[in-house]
Amino acid sequence: MTELLQQLINGLALGSILALIALGYTMVYGILRFINFAHGDVFMLGAFAGFYLAPKIATFVPLPSVAGALIIFGLSMVICAALGVLIERLAYKPLRKRPKLTVLITAIGVSLFLEYAGQFFFGASNKKFPDILPTWPVTKVLSLSVNSNQLIVLAVTLLLLLGLRFIVMKTRMGRAMRAVSFNPEAAALMGVNTDVVISFTFALGSALAAAAGILYAINYPSIDPLMGIMPGLKAFVAAVLGGIGNLPGAALGGIIIGVTETLVSGYISSTYRDAIAFAILIVILLVKPSGLLGKKEVEKV
Amino acid sequence: MNIWRGQFFSLAVVAAGCLLTGCNQSSPGPNAGGDVIKVGEYGSLTGSEATFGQSTHKGIQQAVDEINAAGGVLGKKIELHTEDDQSQAGQAATVVRKLISSDGVVAMLGEVASSRSLEAAPICQQSGIPMISPSSTNPKVTEVGDYIFRVCFIDPFQGTVMANFATKTLKAHTAAVLTDVKSDYSLGLAKFFKEQFLASGGKIVDEEKYSGGDKDFNAQLTAIKAASPEVVFVPGYYTEAGLIALQARQLGINVPLLGGDGWESPTLIPVGGKALEGDSFSTHFSADNTSPEVQTYLTTYKKRYNETSDAMAPLGYDAMMILADAIKRAGTTDGAKVRDALAATKDFKGVTGNITIDPNRNASKSAVILTITNGAIKYIQTVAP
Repeated sequence: MTELLQQLINGLALGSILALIALGYTMVYGILRFINFAHGDVFMLGAFAGFYLAPKIATFVPLPSVAGALIIFGLSMVICAALGVLIERLAYKPLRKRPKLTVLITAIGVSLFLEYAGQFFFGASNKKFPDILPTWPVTKVLSLSVNSNQLIVLAVTLLLLLGLRFIVMKTRMGRAMRAVSFNPEAAALMGVNTDVVISFTFALGSALAAAAGILYAINYPSIDPLMGIMPGLKAFVAAVLGGIGNLPGAALGGIIIGVTETLVSGYISSTYRDAIAFAILIVILLVKPSGLLGKKEVEKV
Repeated sequence: MNIWRGQFFSLAVVAAGCLLTGCNQSSPGPNAGGDVIKVGEYGSLTGSEATFGQSTHKGIQQAVDEINAAGGVLGKKIELHTEDDQSQAGQAATVVRKLISSDGVVAMLGEVASSRSLEAAPICQQSGIPMISPSSTNPKVTEVGDYIFRVCFIDPFQGTVMANFATKTLKAHTAAVLTDVKSDYSLGLAKFFKEQFLASGGKIVDEEKYSGGDKDFNAQLTAIKAASPEVVFVPGYYTEAGLIALQARQLGINVPLLGGDGWESPTLIPVGGKALEGDSFSTHFSADNTSPEVQTYLTTYKKRYNETSDAMAPLGYDAMMILADAIKRAGTTDGAKVRDALAATKDFKGVTGNITIDPNRNASKSAVILTITNGAIKYIQTVAP
């Protein structure tokens, strides 16, 4: 029983990081109807932004500290948001009127470009991510080990999710995003500047990816330029599983994939981990092709 | 998804590989063939085992320069042709074919990872090109054929050494094993550790698996914790070993972790940090060795690269030195003659110890056990074959 609970905690921590990445996939899909495969690499850039910022920040805020970690978090999110907008402007915007397949292939190109440019500039070998956040001793509750990083991952994911929901549902920009998602031409006719909305979506998605990258690096402090590939792929699966284009769906999908993987690794064999996670995706899509929460009446952004 | 993404990958890696590792070394021109001896090297210069490939390359390069500075072999300079296999399955075969058919090398050096040595070995065997693996320890590598050699010990020895260390030195009665299923090296080590540990009266309480490249091991470690072993054998590579140690300590597993030579890397301690305290691994070489060969090698390496040598670089160095020695004794670069000369290598004074090639083309030599104490790697004992 203890072991099962421990596995669930492990799975939740892993799943919430996947959920954060999945939100970026799902938002871009909701607005532009294409899969931004470079998203997993923006996640990697987020971790590297933190890696290179940490020594600079450490000169005026001692690390590890909560304040320092917050600054690094914020700056990395801003840097990646800018990069996300830049990628959209340079690679995707010129192709907006082209077939979706063209943009999809371009996205794969951008993904490879970021991965190998990363190897060129950062070096291919793995690097130790600095300790930016103080860790409290491992908490023992009913002989369960919960470390502070796992709790922080859960809390930050929840906060960002609520913040995102607020932006999408309660702000003018959020309303514009929903309008563009619903019908871009009609939204443009109503005076919504679709270019700005699309840039904003990329900025938001990339900032979330950066946050996920740093959370991931805090938990698994060994980073390399190819670290975004598998989490990116898993998060994509999570987004599809939850119903692509649907925000709560992406979060739910992430948690389901994370918990399933952990349970399979812990009780069956890690060899079947990916196979079973992907089999669940196939089964769900067979029963419900739009994904778990991908209903028509749910808002798409 | 995975599949077609994979193909994009392989297309891009060829281009990226050239960019990063310098294919420019490999165009000697039509007339250059006569007065140089071309030696091929394939290795993981980038990717997940990059520090192994990089170190090995540095060791080989140092050996090549020393040989050339001393006048070369048979009056000819050694010309090293290096290709990067990106630490990826499938790439080793591709680059080795290129080295043999397009560059025309007479002998091959590589790889560190047994999986990739096993990929390239059949190609070298068929082409009659002698291949020396600096540090692939899986027995299957040299079983491919009579042209395949190595300058390191093999997994049965390493697995046995660590099992004996666990039962005799650490007095452990129960052990858990956490294996990388993607790696022949890891599977081999795990197998021989288990056999010896059971033979010494110990009990394996749990066996868990992961795939190389994983970052989250909480699930497997939670299962291991439930089995409460006295030691955990983690025969993987450094990339994962540090993270495994961190997560094990966070879950409250406080028994020593043991590993093999795959742990040997400058990035092991930065990643694992305090979590690695008290953990031990077996390897080929210790810088604490005071013999003049070792000290000269270490000083030159330090001067040349401005860093301390790990165990992979001296193995690369020895592989090149043994090859040069064999070519010298054969008096020719003919594949079959060099092969015979390599097989006859006896008591060669290498940096990693005295190397004798046994009838199975493996090097018979001793292992050292190192323990991590106060954030530094300390020499514990040498175990003779």
